[in-house]
Amino acid sequence: MTSFDSLLPLLVLMTSLVTAVIIFALGEDRIRARTFVNLLGAVAKLALVGYMIWGLSQGRLFETRWPFMPQLDFVLRADSMTILFSTLSAGLWLLTTIYAIGYLEGSPNRRRFFGYFSLCVTSTMGISLAGNLITFFVFYELLTLTTYPLVVHRGTEKAVRAGSMYLRYTLAGSASMLAGMLWLYVIAGPFDFRAAGVLAPLGDSHRPQLIAIFALLVGGLGVKAAIVPLHKWLPTAMVAPAPVSALLHAVAVVKAGAFGIVRVVYDVYGAELARDLGVLTPLAAFAAITILYGSLRALAQDDFKRRLAFSTVSQVSYITLGVSLFGPMATMGGLVHLVHQGIMKITMFFAAGNAAEALGVHKISELDGVGRRLPGTMASFTIAALGMIGVPPLAGFVSKWYLGWGAAEAGQYWALGVLAASSLLNAAYFLPILYRAWFKPQRHPWPHEHPHSGRLEISWWLLFPPVATAALVLIAGLFAGHPFSPLSWVQIITRQEYPAPGLSD
Amino acid sequence: MNETLRNDAWLAAPILLPLLTALIASLLPDRARVRASLAGATATFVASAAVIAGVVRGGPGRHHLGGWGAPLGIDLYADGLTALMLAMTAVLGAAISVYATGYFHTARERRCFWPLWFVLWTGLNALFLTADLFNFYVTLEVVGLSAVALVAMEGGPLALTAAARYLFVAMMGSLVYMGGVALIYSQYGVLDLTLLHGRLGVGPVGRAALALMVVGLLAKTAVFPLHLWLPPAHSSAPAPVSAALSGLVVKGSFYILLRTSFSSFADSALAAIGPFLGVLGGLAVLWGSLQALTQDRLKLMVAYSTVAQIGYLFLLFPVAMPGAGDAAWQSKAYIAGIFHALSHAAAKGAMFMAAGAILHAVGRDDKNSLRGLGEKLPVATSAFAVAGVSIMALPPSGGFIAKWMMLVAAVRTGQWWWAPLMIGGGLLAAAYIFRMVKFMFFQPPASAAELHPIPRRLEFTALALALTALALGLASVYPLAVAAIGAPFPSNWFTESF
Amino acid sequence: MSTAQLYLSTAVFLLVMGLYGVLVRPHLLRKITALNVMSAGLFLIFVAVAYRGPEAPPDPVPHAMVLTGIVISVSATAFGLLLIRRVLEVTGRAELAVEPEERTAANRQSVTGKRPSPRTEQRDARP
Repeated sequence: MTSFDSLLPLLVLMTSLVTAVIIFALGEDRIRARTFVNLLGAVAKLALVGYMIWGLSQGRLFETRWPFMPQLDFVLRADSMTILFSTLSAGLWLLTTIYAIGYLEGSPNRRRFFGYFSLCVTSTMGISLAGNLITFFVFYELLTLTTYPLVVHRGTEKAVRAGSMYLRYTLAGSASMLAGMLWLYVIAGPFDFRAAGVLAPLGDSHRPQLIAIFALLVGGLGVKAAIVPLHKWLPTAMVAPAPVSALLHAVAVVKAGAFGIVRVVYDVYGAELARDLGVLTPLAAFAAITILYGSLRALAQDDFKRRLAFSTVSQVSYITLGVSLFGPMATMGGLVHLVHQGIMKITMFFAAGNAAEALGVHKISELDGVGRRLPGTMASFTIAALGMIGVPPLAGFVSKWYLGWGAAEAGQYWALGVLAASSLLNAAYFLPILYRAWFKPQRHPWPHEHPHSGRLEISWWLLFPPVATAALVLIAGLFAGHPFSPLSWVQIITRQEYPAPGLSD
Repeated sequence: MNETLRNDAWLAAPILLPLLTALIASLLPDRARVRASLAGATATFVASAAVIAGVVRGGPGRHHLGGWGAPLGIDLYADGLTALMLAMTAVLGAAISVYATGYFHTARERRCFWPLWFVLWTGLNALFLTADLFNFYVTLEVVGLSAVALVAMEGGPLALTAAARYLFVAMMGSLVYMGGVALIYSQYGVLDLTLLHGRLGVGPVGRAALALMVVGLLAKTAVFPLHLWLPPAHSSAPAPVSAALSGLVVKGSFYILLRTSFSSFADSALAAIGPFLGVLGGLAVLWGSLQALTQDRLKLMVAYSTVAQIGYLFLLFPVAMPGAGDAAWQSKAYIAGIFHALSHAAAKGAMFMAAGAILHAVGRDDKNSLRGLGEKLPVATSAFAVAGVSIMALPPSGGFIAKWMMLVAAVRTGQWWWAPLMIGGGLLAAAYIFRMVKFMFFQPPASAAELHPIPRRLEFTALALALTALALGLASVYPLAVAAIGAPFPSNWFTESF
Repeated sequence: MSTAQLYLSTAVFLLVMGLYGVLVRPHLLRKITALNVMSAGLFLIFVAVAYRGPEAPPDPVPHAMVLTGIVISVSATAFGLLLIRRVLEVTGRAELAVEPEERTAANRQSVTGKRPSPRTEQRDARP
């Protein structure tokens, strides 16, 4: 079985890569074939990832490796951190695909859309499976290239401009990352990601270099993770179709950035070395500023998707905050938020997409009475929004609980203040939406009601995904203690990153 | 040391076969001409593969044509570098041949193209297999004259003036180079590269000789600021010719410079000339990229991009020159440069072919006529975009591997200042490529006008080359290992350090 | 001045004169002629290089090279003359008058039929 184990990571990539190639090869109007291939690929990927989880829990090693350059390997390997991100990507790919099939029904250029969509997921999976920095970088760049067509998908002037902005930010970010990687390679040689970091032996002799490299790497990753002041592309990219926003904001791009920061801090530098170098405090400060800034900007947005986008800016930095507060509890909070924020935010974008698709509602001020018209959609939205605010027993509560605990444990009480303020702000910009949707009567006719016949409020393709993810939000919170819950995986990871017990001071 | 090299009579085949094809193709009637040409292209491809296989299996080889031997006779020589250049020419040459069968409509065009193209191929293979300075001159002239004629074959005012300008630069370049060769002969009495080993460029006459040689070659390679002839010539030629010019012809004179620098120049001469070449290369990267950014015609943009990409090639000289620091990394810079030449050939060939397909289908190639082509010509536009990934040097393309190795080598040899230039050049490339890609894929069509139907092979050859550029990145280890065969550096470089 | 020196200085004189002609003279025919003057200078260098003293016979190798060079030069000149005739027929002048900047403009003109207004150009130039 060794050969299969060494091929599995590649197979996981191939499921979506092959899907993409087939989709591009099929004609634009081969809708049934495309839908079939797409769903087949997504299900196959999910099954393979499931197998990977099971295998990993049995202690098996899944690693694909071949020489990329002399002395530098291309490594795809499944570790517990991988599982966290790839399960999220694979699961949400399936749901988003279902959603997108319904959402884009009858619109032009669907072949291009689904093709790049699959490529985008391939890149995300590659990012999660990357076993060293250069492999990570390959997929990180691929992600930029494959998401650009999705951002400009509509082809309007606005979309093209948003795409150009997106490219400027992300390519500048990758230049920074390339420089950091190069520098690191020159002083440390080639190495694979390893729990608790690999640079510790260099800590004393290369202090200033390591700090500068950290700044270059995290600066590059921070663009995609939308850390202030590198976040501007994200709200602008809202011109993309809803499924893209859902995937970009919940999973692919911002998470790739956040996941990269996690990898750099834990598996390249190691939490201890990072703390000794003094790079974690500025990172925490940036994260805190981003959390507050994003929430404040979200308050002022009337456009539904823009509000969600600024909320994303804020929420993704919870991950960075958790990573940069030294200590196992904060780490758990940050890492588990990687998954939790993903399922919550994607639910919200699905709901926003449904409101736009079914009723033509794009603004929050037009949401009055939507709950009665779209009960399933808005119920899902409500669960996700309450989760974001941190209401127990939903997923967001678990994240915030561990983050707060971690902040207290690390003696960083100011972080508690940031969390509390951010929760209040979350409530301040989400609750009005819920209030309008459920308690206000409909005042005006819907801007552009889409005729829909059927027992459901909207087509099954569009209703199922948000309901499913909302259910996940509930389950992830309720069953956080179950051995296969995100929290349990995060516990395993945290134990690897902080090997010695009682290390946190 | 020559005596120990294996004698390989195959070395003459990649020169004789295309020459023979050129003769046959010029005599046959139209229909048979194309068939004979394709057969000739296949034969040349196979012969090149045989030479490459010989080098890979048996190491560097040498052949005395007619049994004469240096210094009087003509020697052919092949090592890893030669093998890779032959491979580059064979792959791009085969693609060009296939592409050309679909590109040229009239019998007149075919009568012009096929014989000239095989003369060009002959010249290129001969150049890469040559082992002495005078034969470099001869082969340069064969390449130069056939290239000028190919540019002129389009027959319009722009093409003709571009060809005339190209002719004068090419002729002057070779004359200047030849002046250097004459001085070298007066000094050393030999022109064979191995006999000159490590001796060139010492003393006043030697330095003057070297200066003449280098200037002549720089003009032929279109290095900034001697590049002005290139964009008009490369952009007004027919697409298969543009692909050959940008992908192969400029590499010919670059090859001579590379070969002579590291096998025949004295260390002191190379150390003096290296930084100078690096600075010119750097300026070419910036200037070419900025010019590419302002072009409105696709083919002109691609041609200016060539100016920039040639610049990268010259960055290897300061990094790989002796005394630049870490010895293992000098050799890697040298090999990274070769690898860049390979991936550029594939990517640039693909771009020109895609541009040619667009030109054929739309009738124009200004950026507004590119609108909406992503849907109408999906394969050609994808080929352009995929090739663009390699030109931007984004992973996992061959361009990325070359750039990464060059970057690491630059930093490891203490010349970190090339790094911002290379990274910035990549960003500029992204800017000028996305500027065109944006029009192709994400703008609604400018008009509802139907496209002229074009043979599918125009699009698919371009795509195949673009994918080759990408594949070079995923399987870089093999060509890199070939480049090390007979390289003028310690042999254990490949495993030494990281 | 020895014979070799005389040859060499003449050669350099011819080279410089030819170079000047190629670079400065606009008419293509003059440029071709100047190139031939340059080649003559170059061949003279080879002839001088072949000199091995008053007693010894001259070195045959440079002579062989000169012969090769003459063949190439003759063919290149023939080809150049033909090209010039074509240029004259098509453009009406035997000059390279079109400078690179004008050339791009001319290209654009020939392709689109009219020059785009500066306004649209500016808008399109945005990355």
